[in-house]
Amino acid sequence: MKTVRLKIKRRESENAPSYWEEFEVPYRPAMNVIACLMVIQKNPVNAQGQPTTPVAFESNCLEEVCGSCSMVINGKARQACSALIDNLKQPITLEPMDKFKVIRDLYIDRQAFFDALRKVKAWVDIDGSQELGQGPRYSRQVQELRYDISRCMTCGVCGQVCPNYSSNTKFIGPHVAPQVVSFNLHPNGAFNKEERLEALMDEGGIFECGNSQNCVTSCPKEIPLRQSIAQVKSEVTWSGIKSLFTK
Amino acid sequence: MANKVIVIGGGLAGLMASMRAAEAGMQVQIFSVVPVKRSHSVCAQGGINGALHTKGDGDTPAQHFYDTIYGGDFLANQTAAKNMCDNAPRILELFDRMGVPFTRTPEGNLDFRHFGGQKLARTAFAGASTGQQLMYAIDEQVRRLEDQKKVEKFENWEFIGTIIENDKCAGIVAQNMFTMEIKAFPADAVIIATGGLGVIYGRSTNSTINNGSAAGIVYAQGVKYANAEFIQIHPTAIPGDDKNRLMSESARGEGGRIWTYKDGKPWYFLEEMYPAYGNLVPRDIATRAIFSVCIDQRLGINGENQVYLDLTHIDAHELDRKLGAILEIYEQFVGDDPRKVPMKIFPSVHYTMGGIWSDYHTHMTNIPGLFACGECEYSYHGANRLGANSLLSAIYSGSVAGPSAANYIKGLEKSNEASSDVLAAEEKKYQAEYAEILAMRGTENPFVLHDEMGVLMTENVTVVRENPRLEKTLDILKEFKERYKNINCSDQSANGNQTALHIRRLKYMMNLAELITAGALARNESRGAHYKPEFPQRNDDEWLKTTIGTYSENGPVLSYEDVDLSHIKPVKRVYDVDNASGKGKELAEKEAAAGEEDKK
Repeated sequence: MKTVRLKIKRRESENAPSYWEEFEVPYRPAMNVIACLMVIQKNPVNAQGQPTTPVAFESNCLEEVCGSCSMVINGKARQACSALIDNLKQPITLEPMDKFKVIRDLYIDRQAFFDALRKVKAWVDIDGSQELGQGPRYSRQVQELRYDISRCMTCGVCGQVCPNYSSNTKFIGPHVAPQVVSFNLHPNGAFNKEERLEALMDEGGIFECGNSQNCVTSCPKEIPLRQSIAQVKSEVTWSGIKSLFTK
Repeated sequence: MANKVIVIGGGLAGLMASMRAAEAGMQVQIFSVVPVKRSHSVCAQGGINGALHTKGDGDTPAQHFYDTIYGGDFLANQTAAKNMCDNAPRILELFDRMGVPFTRTPEGNLDFRHFGGQKLARTAFAGASTGQQLMYAIDEQVRRLEDQKKVEKFENWEFIGTIIENDKCAGIVAQNMFTMEIKAFPADAVIIATGGLGVIYGRSTNSTINNGSAAGIVYAQGVKYANAEFIQIHPTAIPGDDKNRLMSESARGEGGRIWTYKDGKPWYFLEEMYPAYGNLVPRDIATRAIFSVCIDQRLGINGENQVYLDLTHIDAHELDRKLGAILEIYEQFVGDDPRKVPMKIFPSVHYTMGGIWSDYHTHMTNIPGLFACGECEYSYHGANRLGANSLLSAIYSGSVAGPSAANYIKGLEKSNEASSDVLAAEEKKYQAEYAEILAMRGTENPFVLHDEMGVLMTENVTVVRENPRLEKTLDILKEFKERYKNINCSDQSANGNQTALHIRRLKYMMNLAELITAGALARNESRGAHYKPEFPQRNDDEWLKTTIGTYSENGPVLSYEDVDLSHIKPVKRVYDVDNASGKGKELAEKEAAAGEEDKK
């Protein structure tokens, strides 16, 4: 019987020591990493034949649109649902994205990444949900760029691969730069443009980015990170200079 | 002053309800099993309906309403659906103001595409990930309200029970999915917005969290559950081991064609069988056609259960602009380029038309203070939901439930919030329940049992339903309930214990599986998604009524209530000829004339 061999980095809780556990599950065509973890749930026995606990992990949509199942697979941070077994070298190693708080095994807490969106006011500041007529018209070109950015799932992969992002550093994370660009491009979102740039001016802001470009090559949704980061850096600089003269 | 609303579920419906309750002056707490931005609403692809009439084709909310009722085979509550369709243009405008990057026309207006069961281009869209884009916009607005301290989120907390005090809903009990802590939270009103239950069927197009257990919990606590037997099977999905992946109806809306080989030549069977609507027949119709072609006629591609969904005749650049997101899914998970080769698809469990019963004016359930909205509620779609009406009903019902809960609270003489004694007692009760789960030491694996139930339900309670098989299914579900008692909780961890959580969910999923099957067995007719070869016709004399399921220890108790038919008289539903176009205009004129009469 053809099998899939997996080596999974596990830990019982945030501060517990981590250890590797190996598994061997029956192969099925078109199988992905999540399908393997589901097999382990149904038969929690390791490769040595010893009973163990099912591996804790996050998943939801299984079609790479929700951002839940990020983990480090064969050394690369990515979504587990789209990691097809046929394309992976075995034994397949699975590790949690440890730049974030590890709850257990592959299960992590990415709250910091969501909080960052709040800091840069990643929203259009509407007056409310009451009837106020149609939204502003804008061009297809602007819409298409905003759409490309708006597919960011806050999956955390860009943070995991960033040498400047960790729980010990202040950097807010690469993912906010495209959001700032997108909301500043929206005709009404632009009303809060300066506030968004200001939020990225100081400690933990956009200049903590060391331009490694790891985020650019790792983003599963090919969000325009390179252009966004460059643009935000330049705008934050100009905004800073401008404020020197107006204060 | 009483002002505390708890919302369970952070998808489109839950967040819309939260936003509007907060705007009405309520303090809102949102509970979600995932960070709300990861809710299943992100999976909706094709678009959202609204007769904004920017195409100059004469579309009206009245026609949208007619198509919705006709498409739902006359089982939807008409006033609810009418209000939804009338409000749809305002909803599109609101989400446009929130900044959703809707696909645009050259002039910068919202673009609209075609969808099934409706002849006019009525579906606004953002590429082919419209649900994701709408979801993100409401997530952003709720984050703004969170910043203003009007909303508080409890993410990675699982709802495990409502607190009923003096026959009113007085709060909830929830469990932290990281620390496993069980805690009671008081509230003046609670809104359930926990989505569909596709995961009861094992593999479906739904996300893994859509197991229906929250609805199952309130059902077991005495909340009525309506039309459980109506489950939508989407005609076009990619079958998979972990899930079936949806290939949006928008693929056909943009010109995609369904075919298979017959006598060595391509056979566009939907176009042949339904010349008036072609590939854009409603989902129940397309699904039955594909089933018949593959299973009865054995004409599936390569002799397997699959047919082609073909886009290869359409310009690749246009495809990328309008359908890019789903083409990527196909490429990524199947490996073929759908711009060059036709996609292979087969029907899959997709949407839950039935759901928690609520009064559709207020969205309050039969328990005062407990509300429901979104896919977990039943009002809008009847026997079959039209494509692109799900995002609309999620948003619209949320926008009704939020203010309605606020109104209810403003009318209370004193706060409903559970007292500290009651909260402590509830925590104790659920801690004891959890301890019992951890102590389960049988031989059954809960994930395997779930899998078996999924296979059973998929084989017997989906496209074609036969009474002897439904009876057998009920018997087996009873056996499963016995086997459930013999589960082994293999994980004892006090941290991120997903096995123990799943064991609890499975219990409530089983109750709903039983209710779906019992409802299907009782309904001896064919209507929308519910098809019985033994009773192939719709039977309005006996079955134009809503099924109401009530929980009992011995299984579901069924009763029936009238459907709201106050606007459109039921007619035969056909799609080989066009019997719906222009009916909206007639209806609007008739109602306007009736309004004039009333004034006199």
